[in-house]
Amino acid sequence: MNELINYTLQLADNSLILGHRNSEWTGHGPILEQDIAISNIVLDLIGQARNFYQYAAVLINNSTNQQFNQSTTEDTLAYLRNENEFKNCLLVEQPNGDWAKTILRQFFFSAYQFYLYQHLQNSNDETIAAIAEKSLKEVTYHLRWSSEWIIRLGDGTEESNSRMQKAIDDLWMYTDEFFEASSYELFAANEGFGAGVSLLKKDWMKKVKDVFDEATLSVPAELKQQIKWFGKEGKHSEHLGYILTEMQFLQREYPNSIW
Amino acid sequence: MEEQNSISNDDGNNSPSGARGNEWPLWEIFIRSKNGLDHKHAGSLHAADAEMAIENARDVYTRRMEGVSIWAVESKYIHASNPDEASSLYDPANDKLYRHPTFYDLPDELRNM
Repeated sequence: MNELINYTLQLADNSLILGHRNSEWTGHGPILEQDIAISNIVLDLIGQARNFYQYAAVLINNSTNQQFNQSTTEDTLAYLRNENEFKNCLLVEQPNGDWAKTILRQFFFSAYQFYLYQHLQNSNDETIAAIAEKSLKEVTYHLRWSSEWIIRLGDGTEESNSRMQKAIDDLWMYTDEFFEASSYELFAANEGFGAGVSLLKKDWMKKVKDVFDEATLSVPAELKQQIKWFGKEGKHSEHLGYILTEMQFLQREYPNSIW
Repeated sequence: MEEQNSISNDDGNNSPSGARGNEWPLWEIFIRSKNGLDHKHAGSLHAADAEMAIENARDVYTRRMEGVSIWAVESKYIHASNPDEASSLYDPANDKLYRHPTFYDLPDELRNM
């Protein structure tokens, strides 16, 4: 049961944290149309997170082995958990940087999500399967939108190409975590409610290579730097703390306040 | 995408040079709200090429379920009538009521007429 809860929370956390990161662009997008585009993606991601949090809350409240306090809700999960309880991968908490870096982060994640949710559609957990199926339409568009941008920037001007390449150098090392299974992901894959993440790597890599080829960008040969943390198990980079401080401020300072 | 190369090149549109986003050409967006109806002008937006215009239109004009189909036309290809000629163009129709098909009885089943 705990594994199912953790697995669901991880899916929620990835979407929430990336959604929050992207939301930092709202009002600051490079042009109005793209400001709206990225904000639409934010709303999709937060919507996915809500679905998974709601499900996790039901599981937690029904669970006899109470790991959390009574009457958990989607809001308590988003606003009252600490950094080490969040299970998002490190990539999604990385700072926005410039437009190239934001786009690349979205592309890496959307491509991963795309193949992951294709598997989760067939999850033997009906709720996870249903959320994955619904979200896949959104993810398909995110992947298309971010791919188009990668190609434009990579195959654009000298400056846009070098910014894109720099973003790749900055973010590439975080992509391996997608395919390294945490304990609850291994359990989930064995039980049939989750996907075997290591199996997603081949499709993901092919997609990245295809888009990079068209964008005249190159995939780094090997990792420059080994990551010491593992977000999926709650070991985060320094950035998540700042995100949570801002995101959770209101509920922490004024508990139970509502709109 | 074939002919357009507008991010860096001057594509000949008349938008004032200024903010960087304005170097992208302007596009007119037409949305069909449901199958069987006409595409209607929804507004305009900036985009580097046709593909991006359609994606931007999707994000700007269909986010509240407004559409099932999008047309994008670069604004410079739209030719407009001259407002100064309005009286000679349109006023002569004012007293020609017989041109309206209002004397026919339409069956109730006929919609969108």
